[in-house]
Amino acid sequence: MTLAIDVAGLSKSFGGRRVVEDFAIQLETGRICGFLGPNGAGKTTTLRMLCGLLTPDSGHGTCLGFDIGAQADEIKRRTGYMTQRFSLYEDLTIEENLTFIARVYGLDRRGERVGEALKALGLEARRRQLAGALSGGWKQRLALAGATLHEPKLLLLDEPTAGVDPRARRTFWDEIHALSRKGLTVLVSTHYMDEAERCHEIAYIAAGRLLARGTADEVVEKAHLATFRGEGAGVDRLSPELAGKPGVESVAAFGPTLHVSGPDPAALEAAIAPYRRAPFVWTKVSPSLEDVFIHLMGRVEEGSAPGAGAGR
Amino acid sequence: MSFFSPARVLAILAKEFIQLRRERLTYAMILVFPVVQLLLFGYAINDLPRHLPTAVLVQEDSTFARSILAAVKNTAFFDLVAAARTPAELDDMLRRGQVQFAVTIPGDFSRRVIRGDRPQILVEADASDPTATGGAVSALAGLPAQALERDLTGLPQGRGRSVEPFEVVVHNRYNPESITAYNIVPGLLGVILSMTLVMMTGLGVTRERERGTMEFLLSTPAQPLEVMVGKLAPYVVVGLIQTSIILVLAKGLFDVPMAGGWAGLGLGIFLFIVGSLTLGFLISTLARTQLQAMQMAFFYMMPSILLSGFIFPFRGMPLWAQAIGSAIPVTHFLRIVRGALLKGQSLADAWPSLCALAIFVCVVSALAMLRFRRTLD
Repeated sequence: MTLAIDVAGLSKSFGGRRVVEDFAIQLETGRICGFLGPNGAGKTTTLRMLCGLLTPDSGHGTCLGFDIGAQADEIKRRTGYMTQRFSLYEDLTIEENLTFIARVYGLDRRGERVGEALKALGLEARRRQLAGALSGGWKQRLALAGATLHEPKLLLLDEPTAGVDPRARRTFWDEIHALSRKGLTVLVSTHYMDEAERCHEIAYIAAGRLLARGTADEVVEKAHLATFRGEGAGVDRLSPELAGKPGVESVAAFGPTLHVSGPDPAALEAAIAPYRRAPFVWTKVSPSLEDVFIHLMGRVEEGSAPGAGAGR
Repeated sequence: MSFFSPARVLAILAKEFIQLRRERLTYAMILVFPVVQLLLFGYAINDLPRHLPTAVLVQEDSTFARSILAAVKNTAFFDLVAAARTPAELDDMLRRGQVQFAVTIPGDFSRRVIRGDRPQILVEADASDPTATGGAVSALAGLPAQALERDLTGLPQGRGRSVEPFEVVVHNRYNPESITAYNIVPGLLGVILSMTLVMMTGLGVTRERERGTMEFLLSTPAQPLEVMVGKLAPYVVVGLIQTSIILVLAKGLFDVPMAGGWAGLGLGIFLFIVGSLTLGFLISTLARTQLQAMQMAFFYMMPSILLSGFIFPFRGMPLWAQAIGSAIPVTHFLRIVRGALLKGQSLADAWPSLCALAIFVCVVSALAMLRFRRTLD
């Protein structure tokens, strides 16, 4: 087993505010790891530290076997980084953007590589179009092509599919899986649960700390969360009532059904007991990844704001 | 349906004020800028400069000579700062720009005054900036009648004479016809170059950050120095093209003399272009948005136009304003360009200004590199 990423103790502050704290992660070569967590959790900062854009305040480790501090240039040469915002040149054409990237990385057979990339994208006919004129989905695919043009060993993607339609997202993920089959290691941050489930494993970060790690099933299991699904006409109207009950941590409506979750099965059972009447039907279900993430997020808020959880 | 709702206007107006207050630089622009400008330029600018540095060549040490120099000094337009021993030395001081005026009192002066020969005193003015010398030259008009009044009392020549005892001859050097364009057009080279280059690089790099492409660029193996050089080099070419256009038009349309001094001029243009570009780069590392970069460039341009000697004579400003002016590269560049085109200054003559520009380039690029490295961190 070789590790593509092996870092520990990473910390970074901006203006006295700790954004990432004592972060450690190990990622095996060839795996796709979903990087999840609420906004402002430190995902982007972590990705930037891994690819050498930011210097960590403390911490150490390696990416692709190179030291993240001393050998940042070596890492940059072998890493593709896709920023959250489209960061290729909108006033250059598709082909010019790719050629520029090829030159910055000092690649040989430039014309050939750019041609192959255009072909793989299916953008050969539109190669002279300005990148800024592309739709959101195409922009993301172009950015991915740009980030992989130099055949990196590690791919860091920062919310690559935000605001992209489902079909374009599926195409995008098919490409990521294709890359992974070729041995590329991928760390991808996302807010979409379906995308998290498409990853080999996930890492959940909140308030700059790694909170959960493993496959989607493992993360769900380790959370020790109980969830009941309520069905029946008007069950979704119970949401405000249930939300305040002891033992209930989150209530969320999914169409005509209701998901009620809490860490203590007995307390949760007690909370919904008064509603075990027609037309409602309650079933104990395995919590969804989203239920787990909401649960994890709540735990961090309590931890960082003393007194917030005093009711329990 | 209403076509104009005051309530909606009020809502937009209130929002606008909130945003204005958030944008600290704009805020400074609105409140501080007028005050600073009024104080700075109101006190600094003086169209009738006094106490201009003057060198003298006295070929005859006599009472008359001393009286004349005292009278020259008393006009308050001239400060006698240097004494030359030879005409060549005097010429040197004028060409280097060390003094604005050179006064020569010829030998045999006293004897010829007493003989009633009406000898001449030569006042050479550096008229490459005609506005600087105008006031002083007109102050010389009364000199012959009054300067020797006391000395000549009791002498036969001093009593009841209708003619003045000597003549003052003024030579306007370097721009004998006092054509303002000769002064303004070379100055425009400095102003136009800094306006376009500082602004273009300032905006160019800020745009890259604003659009997020800088983040991509820095995630590639490109080094900060490579990015800086790569981004600035094209503008050096732009600057050279602009320079050629301005010089050709200056010659073709305004008939500005090209006295020589090409070595100093070439080096000066190069240093100035590089200095303006690095300054623009420094601005871009400080500004978060293109609007801010624009405002900062504007902050720089105002003193560059008003305190550099471009429009108003440098020597007309009080010392504190001259000190500010000396920190502005345009000031030194103007001296180089005017010195070369109008006076034919040699490389050695232009040396102090070239050094000042070189120091500016070094300091600003060091600051820019320091700032740029920490851009993302």
